[in-house]
Amino acid sequence: MASLIRCPHCGPRPREEFTVRGAVVARPAPDAPDAVWYDAVYLRDNPEGPLDEHWHHAAGCRRWLVVTRDTLTHETLAVVDAAAARGGRP
Amino acid sequence: MRYSALSVFLKGLSGNRDWPRAWRAPEPKPSYDVVIVGGGGHGLATAYYLAREFGITDVAVLEKGWLGSGNIGRNTTIIRSNYLLAGNNPFYEFSMKLWEGLERDFNFNAMVSQRGVLNLFHSDGQRDAYRRRGNAMRLHGVDADLLDRDGVRARVPTIDFDNARFPVKGGLLQPRGGTVRHDAVAWGYARGADARGVDVIQHCAVTGIRRGPGGLVLGVETERGFVGARKLALATAGHSSVTAAMAGLKLPIESHVLQAFVTEGLKPLVDTVVTFGAGHFYVSQSDKGGLVFGGDIDGYNSYARRGNLATVENVAEAGVAMMPSLSRLKVLRSWGGVMDMSMDGSPIIDRTPVDNLYLNAGWCYGGFKATPASGYCFAHLIATGEPHPTAAAMRLDRFARGLTIDEKGQGAQPNLH
Repeated sequence: MASLIRCPHCGPRPREEFTVRGAVVARPAPDAPDAVWYDAVYLRDNPEGPLDEHWHHAAGCRRWLVVTRDTLTHETLAVVDAAAARGGRP
Repeated sequence: MRYSALSVFLKGLSGNRDWPRAWRAPEPKPSYDVVIVGGGGHGLATAYYLAREFGITDVAVLEKGWLGSGNIGRNTTIIRSNYLLAGNNPFYEFSMKLWEGLERDFNFNAMVSQRGVLNLFHSDGQRDAYRRRGNAMRLHGVDADLLDRDGVRARVPTIDFDNARFPVKGGLLQPRGGTVRHDAVAWGYARGADARGVDVIQHCAVTGIRRGPGGLVLGVETERGFVGARKLALATAGHSSVTAAMAGLKLPIESHVLQAFVTEGLKPLVDTVVTFGAGHFYVSQSDKGGLVFGGDIDGYNSYARRGNLATVENVAEAGVAMMPSLSRLKVLRSWGGVMDMSMDGSPIIDRTPVDNLYLNAGWCYGGFKATPASGYCFAHLIATGEPHPTAAAMRLDRFARGLTIDEKGQGAQPNLH
């Protein structure tokens, strides 16, 4: 694991400042069928390679980030604000 | 050959040079009744019990590395059955009972050592929770003793009883818990399966699953060609998502790395397994003298088989909080193993939506203690088509049906289990 995460707001910061939520999973519509909710809550792609994850910069700007990370090499490939990743303004 | 005191003595006379191989190195046949993917503890135990209990010997175990190169060779060797939930407890107790007769059963010294497992508690609430757990264990016929502070002190005098923040108030002891020589478990099962006709094939990575009309599995593509299978069993802990994806299945599993550590060799210091209830830390002493310990998983998906320093620091802090003398020791080795973290922290032994494809996965970091029962129950499922009574709750579809086995009560969050 890279010991530094490049926060888009704070710059390179030690990995200990962050907490990990897990894979980015699109939230289904509230009235989506049970099968769709089951898939979103429980099933994971769990790839060997690049994975988008939600990380929280808990000891920094307190923003949620989307960190793209290689699960085989632990290299972080990209870090963007989670709101920006969804097309909103960070 | 059978090992005995006499055979050890006689081979010793000739300098231990002419021992036969413990298992063969066969070429894969074109097809088998059962092909097991994964030559770890669970896969080998499955093959062993398939042959011994259910008479199915046309079996191949395909291992991508060598025996003992995966999690069976990189864990902290602890066995216990101190579980609370009814879906877990009888299964792990079944495993404990198999451990107790294992060496006689497979004629191999696995150094099964029932030195006890002691979980410390540090508050009244935690004591009540452990009392409840101990009562649940006893109701299932499992041994459990609640120790007070003096009872803990008599057993493990080296822990910090004056810790102002985490005072040790007592502990829950399972005297029949303990440790087992992990590599020997793989070797013993491999040898026992091989002697009954199972082909244990090392250095044979599976690269794909071939399906036929109707979606049935026909066999597996491997580095050494196609191997046909009437029934295919996946026991590829850590990489279950990868192998299941070859059959188009998506699993309720994430792969995470768990680190463990071994210190320099010491004279006897801890004669049981102790766990720190205020953090996540567990320690035992190997028969070679090194302290073996570990803590939490690193907390993010990883297939890298190595951890990061933040977790090393976290584990060391918890360890020193429990046993301050640890700070004087040098750590000789650390390693990271990749594990299936399931969504409720409990394993899966089940058929899959594909009729002749079976799945043994999601052991989180509790797979080692489960090895004998996991193999037995998986073999039972493959041979009879019905789940073994003690593993009946470990269904693949339990999440969809609202029947999770959440021992820690954490919810669908693998990195918290």
